[in-house]
Amino acid sequence: MSNSYYFTIIGTKDNPLYELEFSSFKNIPTTLPSNYIPGKSQFSQSTKELLPFIANSSLDIIEDLQFSTNLLNLGKIDQFYGLNINGYITQGSIKFIICYDSTKDESNSIKQFFQEINELYSKVLLNPFYNVNDAIISPDFDLKVKQLARKYL
Amino acid sequence: MSKKNTGDDIWKNNVEKIVKLFTLTYGSVVSQLCRDFQNNYYEVNQQLDKMGYNIGLRLIEEFLAKTGIKRCQSFKETADIITKLGFKIFLNIQPTIENWSNDGKSCSLIIPEPNPLTEFVELPITSDSKIGKELWYSQILCGVLRGALQMVQLDCDVNFIKDVLRGDDRTEMRLKLNKILKDEVPAGED
Repeated sequence: MSNSYYFTIIGTKDNPLYELEFSSFKNIPTTLPSNYIPGKSQFSQSTKELLPFIANSSLDIIEDLQFSTNLLNLGKIDQFYGLNINGYITQGSIKFIICYDSTKDESNSIKQFFQEINELYSKVLLNPFYNVNDAIISPDFDLKVKQLARKYL
Repeated sequence: MSKKNTGDDIWKNNVEKIVKLFTLTYGSVVSQLCRDFQNNYYEVNQQLDKMGYNIGLRLIEEFLAKTGIKRCQSFKETADIITKLGFKIFLNIQPTIENWSNDGKSCSLIIPEPNPLTEFVELPITSDSKIGKELWYSQILCGVLRGALQMVQLDCDVNFIKDVLRGDDRTEMRLKLNKILKDEVPAGED
């Protein structure tokens, strides 16, 4: 089974800013499904519907953790029926959350991914037409996130 | 090392950071204007042009003092000086000159990328399609040139015809000489 990821950015008011589903480009499954497209997430329909809820339910944990550590990367914070959840909180208290269905712990590559996303996000913030907590709809940002996903995950 | 020395060193080694501050300041001005005029981008363009014009009127003095150049013999020479000295001194870029008209009175200045005014900037085209058609983000440059040239007796029209921010292949500014103003004695003096 190919690893699938659900990445989301949550604003300071627990509002979603961005979300993306994808699958690993590195661990390509040996038995390919008939409709296999590289990078397309392989979550089942029922999981797909739950993903935003799973991500949001971990927000409480992130909020507790942010006072017990001064690291931005919070590592693996939760799991839910075989889904691992990793979190990251920026200085501006924007949360990055990844849910993934791998059996191994991928915290290291996810950490690098988060760090680069943080840099990317701060560039978005520098755009004079962007306000904090606006949804990020820039196609350029979307493309760069996908490139990073491909590079690290 | 004392705090003062550290500050000086950082200042000296970080001209780029100052450029960033400038870029961000200009960005805030433009986005604030867009809010103030309720996204009436024609009005925003005009305001930027006016601001630039007022800068240009003064900036020419500093330019002449620093470079000490003499009156240009032709409009071609003027355009050359603008790109090789003017833009270089104040923005550290050197636009190229293209598309001279047959009468030698108008030409295009191609602003090289990265344009120091537009780093980080992305127009929200997906949520507001009007902005990509109406706003000339770097319009202030047109105003500066118009103001500066007017002070050396050149009445010009300056406007953008292409901008990378809008998705064009390059940023192109059109410079057109209307007429050469005569040296006139101010009213009331003989």
